[in-house]
Amino acid sequence: MTTLLIAEHDNASIKDATNKTLTAAAALGADVHVLVAGENAKAAADAASKLAGVKKVLLADNAAYAHDLAEPLAALIVSLAPSYDAFVAPATSRFKNVMPRVAALLDVMQVSEIIKVVSPDTFERPIYAGNAIQTVKSKDAKKVITVRTSTFAAAGDGGSAPVENAAAVADPGLSSFVGEEVAKSDRPELTSAKIIVSGGRAMQSRENFAKYIEPLADKLGAGVGASRAAVDAGYAPNDWQVGQTGKVVAPELYVAIGISGAIQHLAGMKDSKVIVAINKDEDAPIFQVADYGLVADLYQAVPELTEALGKLGK
Amino acid sequence: MKVLVPVKRVVDYNVKVRVKSDGTGVELANVKMSMNPFDEIAVEEALRLKEAGKATEVVVVSIGPAQASETIRTGLAMGADRGILVKAEGNVEPLAVAKILKAVADAEKPGLIILGKQAIDDDSNQTGQMLAALLGWSQATFASKLEVEGSDFKVTREVDGGLQTVQLKGPAIVTTDLRLNEPRYASLPNIMKAKKKPIDDKNASDYGVDLTPHLEVLKTAEPPGRKGGVKVKDVAELVSKLKTEAGVL
Repeated sequence: MTTLLIAEHDNASIKDATNKTLTAAAALGADVHVLVAGENAKAAADAASKLAGVKKVLLADNAAYAHDLAEPLAALIVSLAPSYDAFVAPATSRFKNVMPRVAALLDVMQVSEIIKVVSPDTFERPIYAGNAIQTVKSKDAKKVITVRTSTFAAAGDGGSAPVENAAAVADPGLSSFVGEEVAKSDRPELTSAKIIVSGGRAMQSRENFAKYIEPLADKLGAGVGASRAAVDAGYAPNDWQVGQTGKVVAPELYVAIGISGAIQHLAGMKDSKVIVAINKDEDAPIFQVADYGLVADLYQAVPELTEALGKLGK
Repeated sequence: MKVLVPVKRVVDYNVKVRVKSDGTGVELANVKMSMNPFDEIAVEEALRLKEAGKATEVVVVSIGPAQASETIRTGLAMGADRGILVKAEGNVEPLAVAKILKAVADAEKPGLIILGKQAIDDDSNQTGQMLAALLGWSQATFASKLEVEGSDFKVTREVDGGLQTVQLKGPAIVTTDLRLNEPRYASLPNIMKAKKKPIDDKNASDYGVDLTPHLEVLKTAEPPGRKGGVKVKDVAELVSKLKTEAGVL
């Protein structure tokens, strides 16, 4: 019995999502090996080898794995299938894309976005935007699982696993990489940020995001999020979206500004430790989940808050 | 080029679902049902391809109970040409859905299949990727832009860090994200016209697909509740509470 954890990484280092997924993978009770697939990814594989409890790291270093294309990555994972009983990956966009393809090729049903390992074949997962929690038992001999990382603690370092090369598999050649627009930012990533400041439709423009939300976020060392309404309206880029179909986050502090609190937004942030809501509509549903609610005009309250934090030495 | 669009009948997105008190599932009796919102985006995209002269026919297919024909009618009223209803009772898992859709695709030979990226009931986000695997086709999930280039496709995808553009060899699978388009409303004349459009009636057994679930649902429960907290009167009180009471500053 061995579990293969497929790592989220940027070739140079391992992402926090991998540390959190390791906690879920270890809960299956079997040895855990980690697959690092990328191009020039030796540094990431070395980082994975230091994770506590990892028994072996497989490095698949090949141009075919440089751009997260689903077809070659799925073919690689399937080629390793005979040696493993479970395949576990974080529910990031990369693995939401790849893992169901792996599951179908293995003729098993994926268990998506688990939030708890009840036993090695039984898991809890949210359905209906988190309005119900299903407990499911997988009858498949091999398990394919994606993990909602916000509900698992990050595993630390402490291991020294050997790194072995995994043989590359012929690229099916069905798709190719054309280009990408990746926002460069010094702010923490949403899924690992300790504090998140999010703006909603009431922000009215991208300029207001820059003028009100971002300075507050920077004062707090926070990541910046947005509601679906704000992203749809073009006030914020798609990768800022928090919600049922965007990113699911659970920071120490979540500050919702001008966000009404639609069900699908709450699905993405209601597990945050402390929630603050600033909204001028006192009946906004966001106040039903907020620990601290401030009924106020955000255009006055947010600069005041940013200034008050500055006085605190933030 | 023919475009196939699978659509799912789900609890309407405005309904707040209730978990049954005996833990066997969520309450579905007398609840408004609609087409999965991501599937509406898929139908819309297919129709735009047809209107642009890039697609010749748009076929909507649904797998589910007899009432799923209403969901197909919604697609026909938006402008799709014809429908296929594959009757199947109970919970049909994404893997079984993908197997049925593979059989439908083998018969229909579309150049493109557009699906919603996930259904808002089980939130699985699997069917499109599984179908691509079973057909051995290329895939682009979470699409925010789709361009036809001969029999191939250029697709911009919404990914964690921003946007990624990939080139797909056709035939291909594309799954929709929110920003791909804004679906149209069906006009009354088109709703009337849709009633005359053909829907082919099939059964899951016609395709020889085993519908036995691989995942056994042991129970369905309410999520742990979260209580609302307090209202603060001003920014000063908020900062003070965050610092001393919540300890997060």
